[in-house]
Amino acid sequence: MSATDTQPAPELHRPATQGMPMLHKAIFAALLVVLAVLPILVYPVFAMKVMCFALFAAAFNLLLGFGGLLSFGHAAYFGGASYVAAHASKVWGWSPELSILVGTLAAGILGLAIGALAIRRQGIYFAMVTLAFAQMVYFFALQAEFTGGEDGIQSVPRGSLFGLFPVDENEALYYLVLAITFGGILLLYRIVHSPFGQVLKAIRENEPRAVSLGYRVNRYKLTVFVLSATLAGLAGATKSQVFQLASLTDVHWSMSGEVVLMTLLGGVGTVFGPLLGATIVVTMQNYLASMGAWVTVIQGVIFVLGVLLFREGIIGVLSKWLKRPL
Amino acid sequence: MFELLGVPPQVLMGQLLLGLINGSFYAVLSLGLAVIFGLLNIINFSHGAQYMLGAFVAWMLLEYLGISYWWALLLAPVIVGATGLVLEKLALRRLYHLDHLYGLLLTFGVALIIQGLFRNYYGISGLPYQIPDQLSGGQNLGFMFLPNYRGWVVVASVVVCFGTWFVIEKTKLGAYLRAATENPTLVGAFGINVPLMIMLTYGFGVALAGFAGVLAAPIYSVNPNMGADLIIVVFAVVVIGGMGSIMGAIVTGFGLGIIEGLTKVFYPAGSAVVIFVIMAIVLMIKPEGLFGRNA
Repeated sequence: MSATDTQPAPELHRPATQGMPMLHKAIFAALLVVLAVLPILVYPVFAMKVMCFALFAAAFNLLLGFGGLLSFGHAAYFGGASYVAAHASKVWGWSPELSILVGTLAAGILGLAIGALAIRRQGIYFAMVTLAFAQMVYFFALQAEFTGGEDGIQSVPRGSLFGLFPVDENEALYYLVLAITFGGILLLYRIVHSPFGQVLKAIRENEPRAVSLGYRVNRYKLTVFVLSATLAGLAGATKSQVFQLASLTDVHWSMSGEVVLMTLLGGVGTVFGPLLGATIVVTMQNYLASMGAWVTVIQGVIFVLGVLLFREGIIGVLSKWLKRPL
Repeated sequence: MFELLGVPPQVLMGQLLLGLINGSFYAVLSLGLAVIFGLLNIINFSHGAQYMLGAFVAWMLLEYLGISYWWALLLAPVIVGATGLVLEKLALRRLYHLDHLYGLLLTFGVALIIQGLFRNYYGISGLPYQIPDQLSGGQNLGFMFLPNYRGWVVVASVVVCFGTWFVIEKTKLGAYLRAATENPTLVGAFGINVPLMIMLTYGFGVALAGFAGVLAAPIYSVNPNMGADLIIVVFAVVVIGGMGSIMGAIVTGFGLGIIEGLTKVFYPAGSAVVIFVIMAIVLMIKPEGLFGRNA
């Protein structure tokens, strides 16, 4: 069993290793160009928020779209990492890259602990278990000393990258955030299109068959869970540096719901869907912020309509039209 | 008076009673989830919102129409259940052929809509609901003071839980229901209208949530978020108990409420998370849940 486990059949992953299709290369390049000049056009903090959520949604999509696992508690890693990174910056006085790193690592460890338990159940139970553990993290953030309870951790200093380059100015920080989130999204792309990603898809499509082929399914599930939690943590830790704040909003269950919404709206299991979904949801929240609870109602309506009529998401539908994976 | 493990009995009994009351809500709500899950195979994420809806309908009946608590106890579950029938007919029915996760996502969206609407119109501060005259006051039991209403909540929940158990496990209607859970196609072939039965079952499960909401209205303030956090705890209760058995849902609900109450006495800081910790332990030892049949 272990021999086949470490050496999967070569033909299974050959298509994946042929590199990125031209279309995807072109889209990523165009995205990079747009993002490079974006701070001239829009408020940089808003653009950074969109990028952080795009990475968060893409990390979540790794788990749902390619692992077939619906986690309803991804706020725990996003918010948990933002608390740890904010604490490192503010109390320990660490530079931003180290703070983000330690926040990301913390999310990975949390993901390992929760994932190891959650993968013991499947389907809707898996969703409920992850939600319940995330609520436990929420209560911890509410009560623990270092998280500051209702206040959160405020006025986190941005400091200097590597202790050399100050990133206090939004414009300087913007390019750091761009590098982190774009790098994270490319890493996710690489993971999905690796032999590991192919095995994941096989498990998603037919778990008993993957087991019978000799794959240790639970080990793959746990790995993808930890990877997804870690990258969600990277997004959360980066966000804490942008807003100089870690708060209960980021660990609340509604945040877990939002990332599901972003992914569903853009297209589950697509490469670019979560990025588009995150952009739409964050923009909507930005423009409708004055409408208070109506934002929740609108999100609910999108959920209901999305599930009933539009399960493939925007990019999913587009991909069908163009007959190309996007 | 004697002390138990360094805790005065008044404190211990007081927290046990509070635990029993929370347990009553856990039991009624997880029972509703189990009934719905049994036949529809979906997790009703809007259960918390429907519980809140029950409390609000009771409040509205009193405020706008002057209808008393006792009538509300009957009417509010019917009204909330009726909204459930509409939801099943218009939306949920279209998802049965899909992955069960879509049912979860749809009902999550419905919960957001209901909670958002009520937050919009009634704010989040909460509205008061008077305890009915017949149940105000309390009994001095010698070792503790028992408010009448709280005693009533426990009694009413136990009666409803066991009534539901009796109908499902011991009557002909329940037999149809259990048969449809096992094999809906075959039951349909015997001439039973299975889609109607599914619709009514969802309505009944939702009505249970509404009933719990009316019971809760005089104890907790009626506010749009009252069900949101509660439902997550109930999910943990359901994972611990497993949804295979009706009695399992009832016993786990009351049992965990009591354990939570005891934790408040002996280790107050842990009381918010004790149910999640128990869930973690159960997942390690018996992943399918205490009363679960399959994982």
